[in-house]
Amino acid sequence: MALLRSSFLRHPGAVAGALILIAILLMAIFAGILFPGDPWRMVARPNLPPFSPGHLFGTDMLGRDLAAGIAHGAQVTLLIALAVTMLAVAFGTAIGAVAGYFGGWVDDVAMRFTEFFQTIPSFLLTVVIVAIIAPSLTSIILAIAIVSWPQIARLVRAEVLSLVNQDFVRAARVGGLSSARIIWGHILPNVLSPVIVAASLMTATVILIESGISFLGLGNRDFVSWGYLLGTGRTAFRVNWWLSTIPGLAIFLTVLSLNLVGDGLNHWLNPRNSNRGGRA
Amino acid sequence: MDRLGFLTGRAARAVLILFGVIVLNFVLLRLAPGDAASVLAGDQGAADPAFVAELRHDLGLDRSVPEQLWIYTKSLARLDFGQSYRDQRPVLDIIAERLPATLLLTLTAFGFALAAGIALGSIAARHAGSLLDTVLTGISVMFFAMPLFWTGLMAILLFSVWLNWLPSYGMQRVGEGGSDVSLVADVAVHLILPALTLGLFYMAIYMRVTRASVLDVLDRDFVRTARAKGLKPGLIWRQHVLRNALLPIITFASLQAGQLIGGSILIETVFAWPGVGRLAFDALMQRDYNLLLAIFFITSAIVVVINLVADFLYVAADPRIELGA
Repeated sequence: MALLRSSFLRHPGAVAGALILIAILLMAIFAGILFPGDPWRMVARPNLPPFSPGHLFGTDMLGRDLAAGIAHGAQVTLLIALAVTMLAVAFGTAIGAVAGYFGGWVDDVAMRFTEFFQTIPSFLLTVVIVAIIAPSLTSIILAIAIVSWPQIARLVRAEVLSLVNQDFVRAARVGGLSSARIIWGHILPNVLSPVIVAASLMTATVILIESGISFLGLGNRDFVSWGYLLGTGRTAFRVNWWLSTIPGLAIFLTVLSLNLVGDGLNHWLNPRNSNRGGRA
Repeated sequence: MDRLGFLTGRAARAVLILFGVIVLNFVLLRLAPGDAASVLAGDQGAADPAFVAELRHDLGLDRSVPEQLWIYTKSLARLDFGQSYRDQRPVLDIIAERLPATLLLTLTAFGFALAAGIALGSIAARHAGSLLDTVLTGISVMFFAMPLFWTGLMAILLFSVWLNWLPSYGMQRVGEGGSDVSLVADVAVHLILPALTLGLFYMAIYMRVTRASVLDVLDRDFVRTARAKGLKPGLIWRQHVLRNALLPIITFASLQAGQLIGGSILIETVFAWPGVGRLAFDALMQRDYNLLLAIFFITSAIVVVINLVADFLYVAADPRIELGA
C-alpha cells in the first residue's frame, strides 16, 4: 500500500492508467461470467437509455444489452491488439537486429524496405488489404501488423548499432559464437526495455487502427469489437447517442491508459532518455 | 556527402518507393477475388467463356506475371489507371474531381494542427513543471487517445444535433446559388467541424514533439551563453530557441503527411465530405478495386512528393544539416 502510494505520487498518470487497464482486462476475462450466454440476443425492450434497471449502458435498436456487448467486445479488441503487437514486435525486432548487426548492404536493403512501409499512407493500406483479402480475424491482424512493425525495426536497429561495437559483443565474437547466438543471447536482452515501452504504446495505436477499420464496416460479424459496435451504432446516433458514445469511450479509456502506462514504463525503464518514447 | 548527391539519393529513393507501391498494387489486384475480365464481363451480362477469354487477352491477363507487371507499370507511368468497374469512367477523372475537397480539408487541418501544436507545445515547455504545463500535457494526452471518427461523432452530437450551431454534413448547402462570398462562407462553415476533428488529433502529437524539442534546445550551451550575455528573453526565445527547435518538428510533420491523408478517409466518411477519402470508402463498399488501388497509388505519390519537397527545403533552410543516412 505504501509502495502504491509513493509511486502514485511520483507517476499519478501511470498508476491511474494501470488501474484502468487492469479493470478492463478483468472485464474482458470475466465477460462470460458477468454476461453469460450470447451477447447478441434480444434481452429487453429496444432503445433503452443508459442506467435503465438491469441494463447499465442501455440497449440497441434490437434490444441487445450494450453492457454485454462492451464486455465481450473487449475480448475481441484486446485479442487483436495483443496479436498484432506480438507479430509486429517479433518481425520488427528481427529486421532491426539483422540490419543493425550486419550493417552494409543488408542494412541498406532492410532500411529501404522499412522506409517504404513508413512512407505510404498506412491506414489506407490496411483498409485496402482487409477489403481485398476479405475481412476475418486473421486478415485484420495481418493487415495492421504489416503497417505497425517499422517503428520497432528502426528502434531496435538504432539500439543494436550502439551495442554492436561494445566490448562484450566483441568478446563474444572472438569467442567464436555464431551471429545468431550473439544477437539472441547478448544483444537482444539489452534492447528489451525500449522495445517493451514501444510495444505498450503500439498496442494503443493498434486499438485505434482496428476501431477505424471496424468502424468503416470492414470488421467481422462473428467477432464484434468495440469499433464494430461504434460503427453499427452510428446509423442511429443522432437519436440513440449512447450506442456510439459508450463504445468510443471504452476505446478512449483503453488507449489513454495504455499510453499512460507506456509513458510510465519509459520513465522507469529508460530514465536517461525518457523524451524518446518512440511515439512517432 | 555533398548536397547534390544527397538530393539525388533522395529522389532515387522516392522513385524506388513509387515502384514499390506499383508492385504492391499489382499483387493486391491479383489477390482480389475475380480478375478485371470477369468483372467487366459480368457487368455486360456475358459470362460466356469465349468472351471472357477474349477480354482476358485484350487486357493482357493471359501473359506471364512479369510481363503483366511491366504493362501495369507502363500504364501507371502514363497516368492511365483504367476504368472504374462501376462508373465506366476513367478512374483518374473521378479522383481529380474529388482531390480539391480533400486538399482543402487536410491542409486546413494540418495548418491548424501545426500552428496550435507549436504554440501550445512551446508554452508548455516554457512553463515546464507548472500547473499550466500539466493541463496542456493533459489535453494533448486526451486528444491523442481519442479515435478520430469518435471525436467527429461527438462533435456532431454536441455542435450540430444539440446546440445546432454548425452543419455536420457535406461541403455546402444543396442548391446554394448566392454570390462568391456567400459560397466561400458556406464552405468555410462546413469545414469547421471536420478540419478541427482531424486537426486536434495531430495537434496533440505536434504539441508533444514541440515540447520535447524546445526543452531539448533550452538545455543547450548556446542558450545559456545568450542568457549569460544578457540578451532579452524574448529575443533569445525567438532567435535561439524556436528557430532551432522548429526544424525537427517540420521534418516530423512532413513524415506524417501520409497518416494525415489516411485519417481523412475516416473524417470524410463521418462528415460526408465529398473528397478522396469518402470516394475510397464508396469504392470499398462497391468492391471497386481499380478505383481503390488508384486512390492508394495517388495518395502515396502525393506523400512521396511532399517528403521530397521537405528534403529540398531542409537543405535550403539549414546549410549545417547533417547529410548522412
